[in-house]
Amino acid sequence: MRIQEYQSKRIFSQYGIPIPRGRVAINAIIADHIYEELKTDVVIKAQVLTGGRGKAGGIRLAKSAEQVEEITNEILSMTIKGYPVRKILVEEAIKIEQEYFIAITSDKDNGLPLLLASKYGGVDIEELVKGNHNAVCSIPIDPLVGMLEFQVRSAALAIELPKQLWVDFSRIVLCLWELYRENDAESVEINPLVISEDNQLIALDAKVSIDENAIYRHPELSEFFDLEAEDRMEYQAKKYGLSYVKLDGNIGCMVNGAGLAMATLDLLTDCGGKPANFLDIGGGANAEKVASGLKIIMDDRRVKVILINIFGGITRCDEVARGIITALESKKCSLPVVVRLAGTHAAEGLALLASGEFITADNITEAIKRSVQLAKGKKK
Amino acid sequence: MSILVKKDIAVLVQGITGKEGSFHAQKMLSCGTRIVAGVTPGKGGDWVLDEKIPVFDTVKAAIETTGAEASVIFVPPDHAADAIFEAIDAQLRFVICVTEGIPLQDMMRVKRYLGTSETQLIGPNSPGLLSPGKIKLGIIPADIAKPGNIGVISRSGTLTYEIVNAVSKAGGGISSCIGIGGDPILGTGYVELLELFEEDPETEKILLIGEIGGRFEEDAVRFISQHVTKPAYAYIVGKSAPEGRRMGHAGAIIEKRAGSAAYKIEMIKNAGIRLASSIEEIPALLLKS
Repeated sequence: MRIQEYQSKRIFSQYGIPIPRGRVAINAIIADHIYEELKTDVVIKAQVLTGGRGKAGGIRLAKSAEQVEEITNEILSMTIKGYPVRKILVEEAIKIEQEYFIAITSDKDNGLPLLLASKYGGVDIEELVKGNHNAVCSIPIDPLVGMLEFQVRSAALAIELPKQLWVDFSRIVLCLWELYRENDAESVEINPLVISEDNQLIALDAKVSIDENAIYRHPELSEFFDLEAEDRMEYQAKKYGLSYVKLDGNIGCMVNGAGLAMATLDLLTDCGGKPANFLDIGGGANAEKVASGLKIIMDDRRVKVILINIFGGITRCDEVARGIITALESKKCSLPVVVRLAGTHAAEGLALLASGEFITADNITEAIKRSVQLAKGKKK
Repeated sequence: MSILVKKDIAVLVQGITGKEGSFHAQKMLSCGTRIVAGVTPGKGGDWVLDEKIPVFDTVKAAIETTGAEASVIFVPPDHAADAIFEAIDAQLRFVICVTEGIPLQDMMRVKRYLGTSETQLIGPNSPGLLSPGKIKLGIIPADIAKPGNIGVISRSGTLTYEIVNAVSKAGGGISSCIGIGGDPILGTGYVELLELFEEDPETEKILLIGEIGGRFEEDAVRFISQHVTKPAYAYIVGKSAPEGRRMGHAGAIIEKRAGSAAYKIEMIKNAGIRLASSIEEIPALLLKS
């Protein structure tokens, strides 16, 4: 889960990683205050969780109070790659001598953290690697030993960092490692880390992504999660321990198990249907959880048909049926609901549903074909 | 003989006093699995499952008294990594971790420690192993499968049940069915298990059920082309998944082109492995030849 630049920088400063002076603002009045405080030219940066902000015009220099106001208003009215800009970061403008790229990422294929460094900072690093495989040096870190100073020195050497800055560099990168470790980050990135005009190393940008599975260990980080930036339905689902991903179709899907949910969406797409979402209720879901998942789908105005596909292993189909009935009783729902129940207690589940207006299907293919027909406007 | 373990191996259950642990320990017992002990720190001395199974405070104590050689872990995610470390430290031969949601950095440390040991870890986020009529370690429902000659290896739970059930209904039987887990960092990938299926006299065909994310399938395909002589079949889910989004499983996320379904499907086709393009085709494809 990524957090915003200004939040990432707050953590950076807690760990002693140098960042430009500045603060976050939500309007031109606050931006102007910050400008007056800093008494220097400022950079105004859109706070959105996507790359390519600079190219989109979301990062701009302001040299006067008038410019600060004008640029702030412009950036705050922007939408970058679908993300509306609600906050900006106003920072002192730093004169740059040299730019580098530094990151610690989690290499999932090999199960190791990696220290990445490049002398080509400030550009899209993925594009850079495509063009030149040697542009980024990559040093695997032993997760049981931690990052060692000699590894940081190899990175400094690889990016041809001036030797008088090695000590500072080493301190910054080791702090970054501590930050990564202690906050259960999935990745931390400084792009660019710059040498300023007065020969200081400064992190101009900061990207921190936290492992969602480890959030429970970091209650202090929960305030950083930008609920506004999250999709409302995805947030609701997360609250109930459901796994939800919004897609752009009109068939609301609820399935137990991630693999089966993906298979259901694939088959639905093959049959000409368009899923509105991925929703995995997990293993062993009780009626309450099923009902809360179904309500999220019922609240989605794009949905024309609801498709429920359950293969009960640990999950009991009668529990699922109870959840479906609860959800439909609590909300008026005129949408057709196609249900397929198989596995543990399927017969009991189907018996519970027999009195309602459900369209039941014997197997996954039949359920999907029926849903696609209904979504295309054919009658029950 | 099941793949991986002998059918009468002595098994302990970590987290046996929890809701899931006790439920599934009972199910395993009724499939004939030799559950000899449970481990729950602080509950040592108790007896569970109709007072038949002793509970110990530590894995070591459980092994000393009962001779257990394998463990199935149902410990919640905040303590699961510690449970795996304990099992490795006690030199258990096989560890199956069912727990979903273990923090990534915990799993990196586990994986590294695992590399220094003789322990074989399956999972985490694995439904376990089922060899119908012989042994069940984990949570795969036993009644969906009957004994037969098809080996199944997968990254998911319910999808595997769905497929195995459909294959059974069409008249097919299973030698062993194993889930490697839906997490990005796993103790054992497809490759080591494909090797066991290749050697297993009861397995005549192998079905691999893969999904988006990571390079597990890529490694598997390479291994099959070079070392597997038995007919291999594959099915990949997630071709309709958007890039960069986690599809339920922590490991099911397309982060680069190599993680996409299209890439994996192309590799499978190029390697000459029989591919089911949709879930409904699988039973016929497996049983016709």
